Amino acid sequence: MFKRINQTICAGGIAMLACVGVMATSVVSPAMAAGGGGDIKDHEWTFDGPFGYFDKASLQRGFQVYREVCASCHGLEYIAFRNFSDLGYSDAEIKAIAAEYEVMDGPDEEGEMFTRKAIPADRVPSPYANENAARASNGGAYPPDLSLIAKARPNGANYLYSLLVGYKDAPHSDDVPDGMYYNTAYSGNLIAMPQPLYGDDIELAGGGDTSIEALSEDVVTFLAWAAEPEMETRKRTGIAVMLFLFVMCFVSYGSMRYIWADIKKSKA
Amino acid sequence: MSSPEFKNPVVKWIDHRLPVFSFMHHELHEYPTPRNLSYLWNLGSLAGLALVTMIVTGIILAMHYTPHVDHAFESVERIMRDVNHGWLIRYIHMNGASFFFIVVYIHIFRGLYYGSYKAPRELLWILGVLILLLMMATAFMGYVLPWGQMSFWGATVITNLFSAIPWIGDSIVVWLWGGFSVDNPTLSRFFALHYLMPFLIVGVVILHIIALHRFGSNNPLGIDVSGKQDTIPFHPYYTSKDLFGAMVFLTIFASAIFFYPNFLGHPDNYIPANPLQTPAHIVPEWYFLPFYAILRAIPDKLGGVLMMFGAIAVLFVLPWLDRSPVRSGRFRPLFKLFFWVLLADCVLLGYLGGKPAEGIYVTLSRLATAYYFIHFLVILPLLSVVEKTRPLPQSISTPVIGGGMVSAPAAKRGKADV
Repeated sequence: MFKRINQTICAGGIAMLACVGVMATSVVSPAMAAGGGGDIKDHEWTFDGPFGYFDKASLQRGFQVYREVCASCHGLEYIAFRNFSDLGYSDAEIKAIAAEYEVMDGPDEEGEMFTRKAIPADRVPSPYANENAARASNGGAYPPDLSLIAKARPNGANYLYSLLVGYKDAPHSDDVPDGMYYNTAYSGNLIAMPQPLYGDDIELAGGGDTSIEALSEDVVTFLAWAAEPEMETRKRTGIAVMLFLFVMCFVSYGSMRYIWADIKKSKA
Repeated sequence: MSSPEFKNPVVKWIDHRLPVFSFMHHELHEYPTPRNLSYLWNLGSLAGLALVTMIVTGIILAMHYTPHVDHAFESVERIMRDVNHGWLIRYIHMNGASFFFIVVYIHIFRGLYYGSYKAPRELLWILGVLILLLMMATAFMGYVLPWGQMSFWGATVITNLFSAIPWIGDSIVVWLWGGFSVDNPTLSRFFALHYLMPFLIVGVVILHIIALHRFGSNNPLGIDVSGKQDTIPFHPYYTSKDLFGAMVFLTIFASAIFFYPNFLGHPDNYIPANPLQTPAHIVPEWYFLPFYAILRAIPDKLGGVLMMFGAIAVLFVLPWLDRSPVRSGRFRPLFKLFFWVLLADCVLLGYLGGKPAEGIYVTLSRLATAYYFIHFLVILPLLSVVEKTRPLPQSISTPVIGGGMVSAPAAKRGKADV
């Protein structure tokens, strides 16, 4: 009898939890609605799910796309060259990559600012000195920094991918004003960013598919890493923590049952 | 309440002068607890666990965080990227707020269902509502600290509410901001207060526990403990049960932290605050959505603010609105029904709070808001008079249902023992 009562109570508790869950998801849906309006396609990513990982070759290709295409307008202000060890580059390679960039330093002993070659500890330099300079060069639009873009948009990776492959001819070409472009993924369909990738835009260092889909996938993988460089460590730690906690659940349940045995018996 | 005999001479020496060991023995070990508590009684200790987790992770975050409009966002990113395990500490803290509220909301609804607010536990309940208020203030200020878009605009919307106060409203808002808009002075004072308030919560939690230990826990039957046969010592029975509950809680909590850390957050808060650009929809964190729905349901600003605070205020007087002598919803067929309707109403309000304030959502918000207050102000007082409650069991160890194993005379003997 008591067991049945307990079950009802547990069911009640679970129902309450479920209600809270429903409430929680209702937060997410308006967020989706807010950034949506465009057509976002679901894409399969290696970094999805609890066992997700970043494909290093894809990250390196994605970095190349960023560097040769995106970087002319978009910064990556929270990424330092040293972080590229995550992409599978050796220390020497990172030094060499950094040395290809110039950064502002100073003041020196005479009080003058000077430029020097970047070192691994430097952050990736931004293409514009400040937001005003960026807007002035882009017809008033501000190309956002890309370090967090995959986390700062609802359904980040799928959104970015859909955006990159979403440039189409407008159904009515008159509807697109000067300096704007038609994009099926962008909310409202009019975006100030000209189509960045067409396919075969660049020659990949290690060779490989340069179709617009392949390049977009690579650069989105790179941006997903840039937003969450800790993701692989986080998920791998998570698996270990979950295993530990599952065991602890069983152990603590067993010890509880053992301790409660005399109470339960007196009720039977 | 006999003093325990300590064997260890050092413990004995200390306890004679400073009776901390006797205190712990009374309050944690022999503390008599009803033997029939369900898993819903685990939520109190879980809330305590959540509070401690928040304080510990919060103190570590404060060591690395910079409360300045030009550096706050970047300092959070430094925590995420450059501080050793910073991402873990921050994700625990960020999701911990949500889980703290999940636990506390279940804890509150458990109290509502089993009438845990009734005599002699009125002050225990009121202290609990006070903790909820402090938690809300703390969580609100904490959400401002990363200085993302939602931080900034959430702070702007909520602080602006105070301008609804007649005559002095605008001056109060300027005073809260420390300027003429949400800006650096606002951020630094929110940081200071966000650090302070958790310790106020600890203080009220201590009072909450003192009040709890005066008469002990309520129980699923809602009847008073009638003797020793109804209770078991807190340790090891409920310590072992709370430990198991904690492990289950941590498992769910950890799955959010490690696999879906941003599920409960808003993507806009990864965009640095920009006072010149308003987000399409400003939504608070999920745990504020029911109150946000009530706020927006009222067409008048002052009215909305009053109703929103009224939604909490009504909980303070709940012990005097529900006059039914029967505590547990289990023996109150009508009350039980209305309890589930209220829960559904709160979930609906939460859903509506996340929707844009237009069309059918506004109408539904108004109905749901009206029902919320009708439940407390009309239905509960009415039920106290008209409801025919089911017979109560004689004691916890002799429940009516199923005819327990202890016979009535035995239970009376137990009573005589006390």
